[in-house]
Amino acid sequence: MSELRPDLAKIAAEVPRGVRVLDVGCGDGALMAELRDAKGCDARGMEIDGDAVEQAVARGLSVVQGDADRDLVDYPDAAFDIAILSQTLQTARRPDALLRQLLRIGQTAFVSFPNFAYWRMRLALLLGGRMPVVRHLPVSWYETPNIHHLTITDFEELAAEMGVRIEGSWFFAGGREIGGTNANWRAEHAVFRVRRD
Amino acid sequence: MAGAIDRGQRLAQSPFRPYAAHPMTKRDAITFRSALLPQPLPLDSGRELAGVVMAYETYGELNEARDNAVLVFHALTGDQFVASEHPVTGKPGWWERMVGPGRPVDTDRYFVVCANVLGSCMGSTGPATQGPEGEPYAMRFPVITVRDMVRAQAALLDVLGIDTLHAVVGGSMGGMQALSFAANWPQRTRRVLAIATTARHSAQNIAFHEVGRQAIMADPAWNGGDYYEGQGEGGKGPEKGLAVARMAAHITYLSEAGLTEKFGRRLQDRDAKSFGFDADFQVESYLRHQGISFTDRFDANSYLYITRAMDYFDLAEEAGGRLADAFVAARDVRFCLVSFDTDWLYTTADMREVVHALNAVAAPVSFVELSAPYGHDSFLLDVPALDRVVRGFVG
Repeated sequence: MSELRPDLAKIAAEVPRGVRVLDVGCGDGALMAELRDAKGCDARGMEIDGDAVEQAVARGLSVVQGDADRDLVDYPDAAFDIAILSQTLQTARRPDALLRQLLRIGQTAFVSFPNFAYWRMRLALLLGGRMPVVRHLPVSWYETPNIHHLTITDFEELAAEMGVRIEGSWFFAGGREIGGTNANWRAEHAVFRVRRD
Repeated sequence: MAGAIDRGQRLAQSPFRPYAAHPMTKRDAITFRSALLPQPLPLDSGRELAGVVMAYETYGELNEARDNAVLVFHALTGDQFVASEHPVTGKPGWWERMVGPGRPVDTDRYFVVCANVLGSCMGSTGPATQGPEGEPYAMRFPVITVRDMVRAQAALLDVLGIDTLHAVVGGSMGGMQALSFAANWPQRTRRVLAIATTARHSAQNIAFHEVGRQAIMADPAWNGGDYYEGQGEGGKGPEKGLAVARMAAHITYLSEAGLTEKFGRRLQDRDAKSFGFDADFQVESYLRHQGISFTDRFDANSYLYITRAMDYFDLAEEAGGRLADAFVAARDVRFCLVSFDTDWLYTTADMREVVHALNAVAAPVSFVELSAPYGHDSFLLDVPALDRVVRGFVG
């Protein structure tokens, strides 16, 4: 088995066998390949980077080069059991619209994102007075694709506002899973399982 | 020539009925491997065509289960010699980098079939073929469509005893055939690979083709299409018109950057402009050569008919106006679509329309826009990323 990032490994573990999955922002298809090979899923992907799409297609996966902000509207309602959005929400032009599309296409969605309220971020901003450049967000403000930074609390509030039910959440720091206590301080990454209410 | 002898030997081993071509043009001196379709071919125009012959080549072995066949569709001026020497020009197969032993379409694993399209001039029935009246069809040949071409290919598969294909593969007009095959015979293939193509000819596409057709028809030697042996000027066709048509079309196959890089404003075999109308510039010389050499291997009437078929191509129209409806029965077929960033003939935007339609019916589709400097012709040239995508998709 390939070395999946901890958030992807968690999603792979949580996805039921044999379901239809759309992985938005699938990269080179590592998660899709895992879902296909280990879970017998019918996995499809969307990815904006051409080189990554080429690698995914070369491993026999069905991946469309596309922009999640623009191209998800072409998928029919409820076409998939599960939609996955890993490390992409914070790059969307309108994360709320993207989340709505995700839950229109999929019955259930897994969403993972970096937590901007992680304590090192808070400290770096408080003491340094600059946009933090840290281990889990290593790119300077002017070249980061992350145009809508958010925190775990932000996501929970957005979900509540949109009438989206949070069914599960998992948190990660230092490359491993941590408990949920004070997650908005302690977690570098979060994974949520959500569905339409 | 050696290639022709090889083909003759293979023909003798062929279980399929060979067809003796009529000696109308120099191409007819070659014996093509071919099959006679047993039934008249119904056409989209409402007419039907009896006695259709399909010339084809095969590579690799058909397995016991007869399920490892890959059908390759050629482009406008292509032919069945996808991976073997061209019998007229002596050049290597037009897609040898893609099809062959160990190649992305691996003939050690797959039985590759490539047929000369209906309406063409390399052994399949077309305007140069003798019609029922005993003389070449010429402009009495019925106007055909891309779907008619594909219908003839499907009938050839019947003759070959191939029910379901592992994949259909094509670029440019070959890609149109691949999409048409998926729309009309979705149960007969498991994979569709369409490269640098479109689901509909645009006004600009039609406009360029019309320039080519008018160039041919404005040549007095065209003679209303009756220029074959024993007609008009005695077998000398509208070579000047056909050459101009090819020159105009050839520009659309290249990118501006590619032309600039290859030729710039460099002069041809001279140090200064001639203040005349010789081919002063390298690009002129190149285009003239492309045009003239094309007339050695292609029939002008075939060029008229095939460009017409491409202009008529509109998969959405065939499905009642909505492209997604064309693919409703193809939702279990795996698709892979590839465009090139410098292709301005059939653009990434054209390809995205197909992707959107396939997504709308939830068909498993892959799409990638590859970066290559050669414009539309990129699908035929050295683009390693394309090799990787094709190998990965065909499997």
